Amino acid sequence: MTATMTTTTAPVDTLRFATAGSVDDGKSTLVGRLLHDSKSVLTDQLEAVEHASRNRGQDAPDLALLTDGLRAEREQGITIDVAYRYFATTSRRFILADTPGHVQYTRNMVTGASTAELTVILVDARNGVVEQTRRHAVIAALLRVPHVVLAVNKMDLVDYRESVFAAIAEEFGTFANRLGIPGIASVPVSALAGDNVVESSARMDWYGGPTLLEHLQAVPVGSDAAALGTRFPVQYVIRPRTAEHPDYRGYAGRLASGALRVGDRVTVLPAGLTTTVVGLDLLGEPVEEAWAPQSLTVSLADDIDVSRGDLIVTGAVPEPVRDIEATVTHLDERPLRVGDHVLLKHTTRTVRAIVKDVPYLLDVSTLERRERPEALRANEIGHLVLRTAEPLALDSYAANRSTGSFLLIDPADGTTRTAGMVGEAFSPAAKEPLRGVLT
Amino acid sequence: MTTVIDRSVGHERQHATAPLPGPGYRLSHLDALEAESVHIFREVAGEFENPVLLFSGGKDSIVMLHLALKAFRPAAVPFGLLHVDTGHNFPEVLEYRDRVVAAHGLRLHVASVQDYIDRGVLRERPDGTRNPLQTLPLTEKIQSQRFDAVFGGGRRDEEKARAKERVFSLRDEFGGWDPRRQRPELWNLYNGRHAPGEHVRVFPLSNWTELDVWQYIAREEIELPSLYFAHRRKVFRRAGMWLTAGGWGGPRAGEAVEARRVRYRTVGDMSCTGAVDSDADTVEKVIAEIAASRLTERGATRADDKLSEAAMEDRKREGYF
Repeated sequence: MTATMTTTTAPVDTLRFATAGSVDDGKSTLVGRLLHDSKSVLTDQLEAVEHASRNRGQDAPDLALLTDGLRAEREQGITIDVAYRYFATTSRRFILADTPGHVQYTRNMVTGASTAELTVILVDARNGVVEQTRRHAVIAALLRVPHVVLAVNKMDLVDYRESVFAAIAEEFGTFANRLGIPGIASVPVSALAGDNVVESSARMDWYGGPTLLEHLQAVPVGSDAAALGTRFPVQYVIRPRTAEHPDYRGYAGRLASGALRVGDRVTVLPAGLTTTVVGLDLLGEPVEEAWAPQSLTVSLADDIDVSRGDLIVTGAVPEPVRDIEATVTHLDERPLRVGDHVLLKHTTRTVRAIVKDVPYLLDVSTLERRERPEALRANEIGHLVLRTAEPLALDSYAANRSTGSFLLIDPADGTTRTAGMVGEAFSPAAKEPLRGVLT
Repeated sequence: MTTVIDRSVGHERQHATAPLPGPGYRLSHLDALEAESVHIFREVAGEFENPVLLFSGGKDSIVMLHLALKAFRPAAVPFGLLHVDTGHNFPEVLEYRDRVVAAHGLRLHVASVQDYIDRGVLRERPDGTRNPLQTLPLTEKIQSQRFDAVFGGGRRDEEKARAKERVFSLRDEFGGWDPRRQRPELWNLYNGRHAPGEHVRVFPLSNWTELDVWQYIAREEIELPSLYFAHRRKVFRRAGMWLTAGGWGGPRAGEAVEARRVRYRTVGDMSCTGAVDSDADTVEKVIAEIAASRLTERGATRADDKLSEAAMEDRKREGYF
């Protein structure tokens, strides 16, 4: 090892996670508590919070102020956008996508969940599982976030009773099972008093599990991307054309999934040509092997035409298609309608497309379908059929979050209109309407 | 000190490819950050006509340049540098800037605040600080050179308003930033489309923290301007910070100059960048000091961020970074 070792005790990894919950559930306080108790809040930030709290006549520092950034939010006491926060323990770094929980901000939750490996869903112990909780669970399932944690907050307001916590955890677990979410962890917390967020709670000795932070530290990360089929979207062609490198031609990109080794037989899509990897260049250093999510440059044996937007794959080759079915979240204030012309951005490839059909909308709290909606409006989730001008090599989102996702963009003004996930949203178990479970 | 970028071939960096202990293939957090930043640089190079990298000579812009050089090896970086010169720069920083530009054959664009003051377009502020005056020269240079993507070194951990910044941040012809007009950013799909006259600010270091930047500087053996390390310097106290005496407007009557051993945590305009007392004269010592420090980077050293609780948000709306 190198000089790094003088500055950190061991290499640490990173967990990207998201929070979902509303301001009434105490989400800002929970995040503030996580930052504060993990010693991630620095003196001047805390002083600013203490000062602002005193100005408002509050007698204790309001930890929610650590995270509420924009003026409009402070005035309204709500959170209007995804905020990213950073903290670390000795064993792991955390990137938190802190997403607002209001119904009209579904798109923010989807945004935060799209890069998360774990979602913390927050409920108020007094209210239990409410429609919004179900909405959060559905979004976590839809975006296929690998891990979900239920944080039952405000336990101080229900006298720290185990029975209250157990009932909520059971109800949520049943619902999550129907969505196909594997293994939920549930933690009883009081963000305000600091129970089980970072420090174990003496007031809930009936709970033997890890605190929220202990759980965040223990969950496995970065697990599967390298184990999936190899997908390497070409971003940029590097051709120095210098005296030193007259013939160098490298395909620069980031491995979306899988691994590449020198000598691998690869297929270049959508053309379908096959060739061999003759060199891998890891940011200026030749290597024998690279894996997701590394950025690298690939050299190929044959002089074939490869450019930005092509996909280099190994093993089973996805069939390039022009007809796409996907589950989508609409993000734009202008509704999406059959006949709309859009640009579809998939990995590094952007193609023209037309909306052919909107077969149904999903009610996000019951998963019931509303057939043949007139349009797809902002924050609605539905199914879409698209036709593209050129073929795309897609995976289903269920198989690969990176090569199964896409954006729809307005060709006129560049607005990001819709976020798409190729294929069926849920496993067959969730196909039945969920109302029966929710009474 | 080593050169800015180690150009030797076969430079052994075992740690870059040594998997972490545990099952499967994993990346250390620095390698993951590096891979992500390089991906962002290449996206911009692939999708924009005329990008430029904002280069202040501060550590964040130096790390950005280092990543850009790595992203396009063995070819040259396919864009130039843009420096907004406040006229109150530290001489060490200008010297460093010129040396880097020469070493890598880069094209340098300069937007000069002094020019604007000399022409009477901008007026000197009573407090002598020029950081807020950078906005107009910057936005006019972007317009006149038709830059369509501008890389900035902003990090989301720096300040509350920046926590909500996108990696690709759309700006109108005035450079303005409307938090409600920013596009949702999902997965790692960046949408760089924009209308003529608009441009996109791109932040490749979005997910880095101050400590990450320093650890990366140590690992990559990146050279920094000397003021980042402890040295003796004549300073005076103003608004709770040690400022460097100079022609920009200090010290005033009643402000006593003294020689102290200090280092800078950020490098900006001389009038509002404060030094901290320090004996850290190597990267390792700086990192140890930062790891133990209980003050955020800006809180300790930037007078202009203390102007108001929402100062940064207001300035971003005007086109400042």
